[in-house]
Amino acid sequence: MIRQRLNACLLVAPLVVFLGLFFIWPLWAMLVTSVQGGTVRETFPQTAIALADWDGAGEPPAAAGDAIVADLRLEVPTERFGDSVRTLNSQYPGFRTLLPRTARAVREAPAGEKVDLAGIDPRWTDRALWLVMKRAMPAYTDANLLAALDLRRDDAGAIAAVPPEMAVNRATMTRTFVISAQVTLLCIAIGLPFAMITASLTGWKRNLLLVAVLLPLWTSLLVRTASWMILLQDNGLINQALLGLGIIDRPLALIYNRAGVLIAMTHVLLPFMVLPIYASLLAIPKNLLPAAAALGARPWQSFLHVLLPLAMPGLLAGSLLVFMVALGYYITPALTGGAGDQMISSVIAFYAIGTANWGMAGALGLFLLIPTTALYLVYGRLSKPAGAA
Amino acid sequence: MAAPRRAAVRPKADRMQSFIHFESVSKNFGAAKVVDELDFHVGKEEFVSLLGPSGSGKTTLLMMLAGFERPSSGAIHLDGRRIEHLPPYKREMGVVFQNYALFPHMTIAENVAFPLKMRGVGAAERESRTLKALELVQLAHLRERKPSQLSGGQQQRIALSRALVYEPKVVLMDEPLSALDKQLREHMQLEIRELHRKLGLTVIFVTHDQSEALTMSDRIAVLNHGKIEQFDTPTGLYDRPRTRFVAEFIGETNLLPGTVESSRDGEKTIRMADGTGLTCRDASDFSPGASVMVSVRPEMMHVAGAAGENRIEATLDDCVYHGDHVRLHMHRGDIRLVAKAHRRDAQAAMGGAVGVSFRSDECTLVAP
Repeated sequence: MIRQRLNACLLVAPLVVFLGLFFIWPLWAMLVTSVQGGTVRETFPQTAIALADWDGAGEPPAAAGDAIVADLRLEVPTERFGDSVRTLNSQYPGFRTLLPRTARAVREAPAGEKVDLAGIDPRWTDRALWLVMKRAMPAYTDANLLAALDLRRDDAGAIAAVPPEMAVNRATMTRTFVISAQVTLLCIAIGLPFAMITASLTGWKRNLLLVAVLLPLWTSLLVRTASWMILLQDNGLINQALLGLGIIDRPLALIYNRAGVLIAMTHVLLPFMVLPIYASLLAIPKNLLPAAAALGARPWQSFLHVLLPLAMPGLLAGSLLVFMVALGYYITPALTGGAGDQMISSVIAFYAIGTANWGMAGALGLFLLIPTTALYLVYGRLSKPAGAA
Repeated sequence: MAAPRRAAVRPKADRMQSFIHFESVSKNFGAAKVVDELDFHVGKEEFVSLLGPSGSGKTTLLMMLAGFERPSSGAIHLDGRRIEHLPPYKREMGVVFQNYALFPHMTIAENVAFPLKMRGVGAAERESRTLKALELVQLAHLRERKPSQLSGGQQQRIALSRALVYEPKVVLMDEPLSALDKQLREHMQLEIRELHRKLGLTVIFVTHDQSEALTMSDRIAVLNHGKIEQFDTPTGLYDRPRTRFVAEFIGETNLLPGTVESSRDGEKTIRMADGTGLTCRDASDFSPGASVMVSVRPEMMHVAGAAGENRIEATLDDCVYHGDHVRLHMHRGDIRLVAKAHRRDAQAAMGGAVGVSFRSDECTLVAP
């Protein structure tokens, strides 16, 4: 009995380990990173301790100066140092020149000798500067989360909006949701009739249509996106064909704008819409539509009252799948969209890869994860009665 | 064999004018002729069964009436109007499907109200008519349930109620009882009969179960290979089968091959290959010299006494006890014979050779 149970556990162990290692742990790490003090604290560990007891009202503690000198003497990776400087500079312009200068002075001074910070730069006597230092190195902070929503704490510690010229995240986030919704609607518009036709056919015709859906799925995303770039260009196949036919007299702007993003993403995500709808259509008993017709339902009434409600679980599953996958897209918009069509994932990639600001990347990721999870829960709630019937 | 009750009481069709008329209707699927030049009438308020083995064209016939199939040629008239070109939703027929075809996402009440809703009947009237239709099948208390929560028999009755709710001109039923167990099926047969009588419905009922057809119908069209073998009352079919197919398909029969020797005033003399002479008085018009089969029902075969003019000797193979009767399995040469006898009469038959007799007016001649 126990042996059997042990065997069963061993059987699922790889799955549990995999999920833990590649799903739960990264998620948790992302969450933690987004609220951690970040690089400034790592770069100035002793300063962080020295400033911890300071309430920010009076003069900064004398020990803080010594602590920062000690911290600057440490060898830190230039990348992290640079990142800390950037972070501090964004709150108090001037750190960009101040810190490197101070660091150079500290490192040139003989070891063990006391360094006069005010002598290196008078700005070290500014209480506001120390306040920025202290705020920049809390153990846990909501700075990243707020920044992800274009908010920040002002000098008094209250939540305030960032200057409009720096507020891009909210717009990008909104755009991400709008594009995802547009792609989902387009996928429904194309996928529902497609699935209905496929389900109504038999034999090789049905197989042909299914392969037509699946084939793109087996092709690399990058290849498909690149193909669209070729097709949609000003002198690409589509524009050339339309020009040749005399339907248009100058090329349509089909790429490097919203249209390009929508076309390419809809194509890429269409299988995720078609397949669930197709599956739910196949599950509908064959005699229901004839029954509806015999009972007096016109074709559109049959569709509205019988087919659509019964295909709804598939439609919802497909929409959810497409919407959630679309939220995370960034290669396709990056390649086929214009500057105004970038999605939040590009911003996340920029923070994660470009500036190594993992806290910011994590915070933005979190705000992508929350709506996705909420949607998933809503879907679970919605699909339950249908499943029970 | 279920006795044909009510038999002679309702030969209504001839009293009534044609309500449904199939006028030389054919249906081909590719090269296959599924329905072949059919021509028949159904009267108003008549209960007609289409009976036949699978592939006989009975379901195709129903589908053409319901509007799911177009005849390849010919015309279908309903109440004097040609309907073969109309789509199903314009035909005003109630259809009960084989597997009920209830909409799983709707409650029972919504299912029954569906035809009314499609016809734009207002909510208040819809509700009262739905309730009435549900009361007709005594299931009004289940109206908030989903179809999956109902038993097969209940679903069947809901399907019936849904087909009747908008008072259609004709109710079509496609093997509606085939999924039910025997007891429930027999109960539902009576219930459908009852509704038919009470509401004055015209019913076309497709079945492959001959006892079901005999029990329920005013008239039965026996179909085989896309043609009507015989369209008659249950008694007519059982007592006076016109073809061998009907004789064998409806109930059970003994077939004695022979040649017509003479025919006088409906009384025919048949000579069997071994020289035995049989007399048969029926409506068939075989002329002398024609080879025929004499069809005799097992219960018309008497093993005791000289109950009929015709008498043949046979060898008893087995005597099977069935409670209320015994079945005697016999053979004469290579002809197999079955007789249904009372237990008391069976005693006389024990011991190898049996003399069986039947009356000349209780047998029929059919083409071999």
